[in-house]
Amino acid sequence: MLNIPILRWGKPYESLETDDVKHFLTGEPIAKVSQANGGLLQRDMRKAANARKVLRDIPIEDLIERVKKAGELYLNATLPLGDGTQSPDDFAHMQSASTGLPEHMCKANMAKNFFVLSHMDQMLDALTRGLNLNILSNGFGVENRGVVVSFQAQAPAVGLVLPSNSPGVHTLWLPVIPMQIGLVLKPGPQEPWTPYRMTAAFTEAGIPAEAISIYPGGPDVGAAVLASCDRSMIFGGTPTVERYKGNPKVQAHGPGFSKILLGDDVVDDWEKYVDLMADSIYLNSGRGCINCSGIWASRHTKEIAAAIAKKIGPVPVLPPEDPKAGLAAFTIPGAAQAIWNQIAAGLKEDGVTDMTSEYGARLEEKERCAYLRPTIVHCKSPSNTLAKAEYMYPFASVVECPQDKMLESIGPTLVCTALTNDPKFQSDLTDATHIDRLNIGPIPTIKLDWLQPHEGNIVEFLFRARAYQVPEERLAAMR
Amino acid sequence: MSTLQQSTPEELTSAAKRARDQLDAQAYETVQWHFHPSTGCPFWLEKAKSLKFDPLKEVNNFDDLKKFDLFEDEWLRGGPVRRWVPKAYADKPIYVFETGGTTGIPKSRIAIEDFRVDYSLFSNTLPDEYFPHGANWLMLGPSGPRRLRLAVEHLCQHRGGICFCIDLDPRWVIKLIKKGWMEHLEEYKKHCIDQAITILTAGHDVRCMFTTPKLLESLAMELEKRGTTIREMGITGIFSGGTEFTPQWTRFATEEYLEGVYMTPTYGNTLMGLACSKPVTAAEGYKISYYAPQPRAVLEIVDFNDPHKVVGYGETGRVKLTTLTKEFFVPGFLERDEGERERPYIKYPWDGVSGVRPFHELAEATTVGVY
Repeated sequence: MLNIPILRWGKPYESLETDDVKHFLTGEPIAKVSQANGGLLQRDMRKAANARKVLRDIPIEDLIERVKKAGELYLNATLPLGDGTQSPDDFAHMQSASTGLPEHMCKANMAKNFFVLSHMDQMLDALTRGLNLNILSNGFGVENRGVVVSFQAQAPAVGLVLPSNSPGVHTLWLPVIPMQIGLVLKPGPQEPWTPYRMTAAFTEAGIPAEAISIYPGGPDVGAAVLASCDRSMIFGGTPTVERYKGNPKVQAHGPGFSKILLGDDVVDDWEKYVDLMADSIYLNSGRGCINCSGIWASRHTKEIAAAIAKKIGPVPVLPPEDPKAGLAAFTIPGAAQAIWNQIAAGLKEDGVTDMTSEYGARLEEKERCAYLRPTIVHCKSPSNTLAKAEYMYPFASVVECPQDKMLESIGPTLVCTALTNDPKFQSDLTDATHIDRLNIGPIPTIKLDWLQPHEGNIVEFLFRARAYQVPEERLAAMR
Repeated sequence: MSTLQQSTPEELTSAAKRARDQLDAQAYETVQWHFHPSTGCPFWLEKAKSLKFDPLKEVNNFDDLKKFDLFEDEWLRGGPVRRWVPKAYADKPIYVFETGGTTGIPKSRIAIEDFRVDYSLFSNTLPDEYFPHGANWLMLGPSGPRRLRLAVEHLCQHRGGICFCIDLDPRWVIKLIKKGWMEHLEEYKKHCIDQAITILTAGHDVRCMFTTPKLLESLAMELEKRGTTIREMGITGIFSGGTEFTPQWTRFATEEYLEGVYMTPTYGNTLMGLACSKPVTAAEGYKISYYAPQPRAVLEIVDFNDPHKVVGYGETGRVKLTTLTKEFFVPGFLERDEGERERPYIKYPWDGVSGVRPFHELAEATTVGVY
């Protein structure tokens, strides 16, 4: 069994308190992870400025190259992990064993992280809108159009309170290091793997170890991250998002409530989009915030629901190492049962139908875990409780709603795929401030263009654009 | 080499036997006192009427206390508080100490001299090198109707010093946490630390402190920001307590904040005295083992499903408390904590408890405030 220490600005620290990460099927311990205390983290944050300093000693172009190299190492190399090593296959196996995600999905997430790392130059170019990256280093500079601009880093290191259940979220913090900002990572209890492997890859690729800290631990450690870092990201449920709403220091990522809307102009051709809808709901085991949880249309909704149910309703529970496994296990005791109880309560409302019931029981309980098989629910009205529900598995409601009522009814939506050629509807969708990522046309909700910002531009979160005036002669010298 | 290793098995067995005899005698005398009409308190005299046994005749030793049902701390809520005052002490000045009370009626416990006795006994365990006689103290902990606040002041006075205190309302702290007002919580903490630093920098020659782990951390961090340390402030000894006192936290504080300042963890509450810890050392992995002030109070580690069954040494169970003084009688109360049963050693030749933490079935509902 591996022993994984805390990393305090690159230095390993073995805590007297440890947590066993266990295999969700066998209960067998996979790793013993040192647990930090909140005070330890707070104390280390006194040295956070050094993280940015050591990164600023390396030009951003060099950091980008090192990050690209790290991507290759992360994907292909056997890397140090605690008192042992970890091959790419080990990584996928361990991540699957503790999170319940099938191994081939873990590998797919590795490929996603690799893609982001290997395209870092393009990503930063897109996120900064072509800014000379030295301006981020220096804090100011002259743009191509001859104007002085200033981007001031708002924190020497960014804190991340990471989840256990969705390894895909790690792509969000990968651009931080090349922007010369340090990382303070609090891994999810079941998913220490990505933060440690990524850090090992970064270090092997020449990123200074002093730029990254990892603090596994309990809720007090999460609270300490948010209290000690001037910029943090946290992943949680709706209450977490509500709690940090309007707090400029915290970017809270919660449920996506991502949706597909069928305009009246295309809804009669709904059969053309069944695959797109099913993929948006089902791929990656429906775990991501970008997975679709609602299909909205003014008519044909029951037929749409039946067609999607027919496609994904029969999906069976398979072992995590099976390359055909499409469903992730719920590894926290009682979680799947609690979700199913909520759904069962929602199904009792008038106008709500479980379209997948004919494909067998949805809840499958095992000795140490449980599964929920894909569930498609038809809702006659947006006011049905399940119309706006989101769960961490392939669950979606197909909601009957007139087109002119959709935008006022759908609620917050992270990814909206709008199937319509109606210019007025397209324009209204473009103006809707409760939609974050908008896809106009047949693009699955789960297909992300990494050159686009996700839930806020991370550059704008970490850097503040501000006025910076210099005398004309100095400006001439800067040009 | 620990004290445990310095005694022979025969010495330990003999000491344990003497301790047990004392405990049996204390159990007998305490029950005689609380259930005799001339000395007992109205609560227990009334309770005796509903018992299926005669405590005056049928409780002759500690094991006989099992005849009582477990003590319910709910009995302590509300008045009249005088029902807890033994008749023999009716004319004495009575203190009332409260616990809980963030919402609703707090639990009240009367006291006359117990807190002084308990803390005078505790004083004997403090090393003079770090807690010098005559030194002034800072009580950086809860104020208000708390046993701890007066007890620490007594401890300091007992050792010839003068105790400085701060204003700290722990009920407000719990409310801030429950409301999620974390910015207010942070400001309130700063307000407390500001008060402490004002005292420490006012020329009062404070050498010793009581504080909680959270406040100790905050004080150390704030002092560090101001370019100084707890040690540089002149503090040489700290007495602290709370379930947050884990081996890892102790190690962290020792290695990173204390610079040789002596810190002793304790475990206690309003219902009992103060359980002292075996010396905490790096060599023993900062393991913290508490021993109750027997025979005045007893800690047992009992089966989660059977509160009358003590678990084996090293096994985990719930902490069960018994208090046996003339002021207050608690015949077995299940604490909100759990831990592992520890073996006796020569200084404390009776069972101890280590790894104290919130009882797992209640842990999620427990809000840890300043403690």
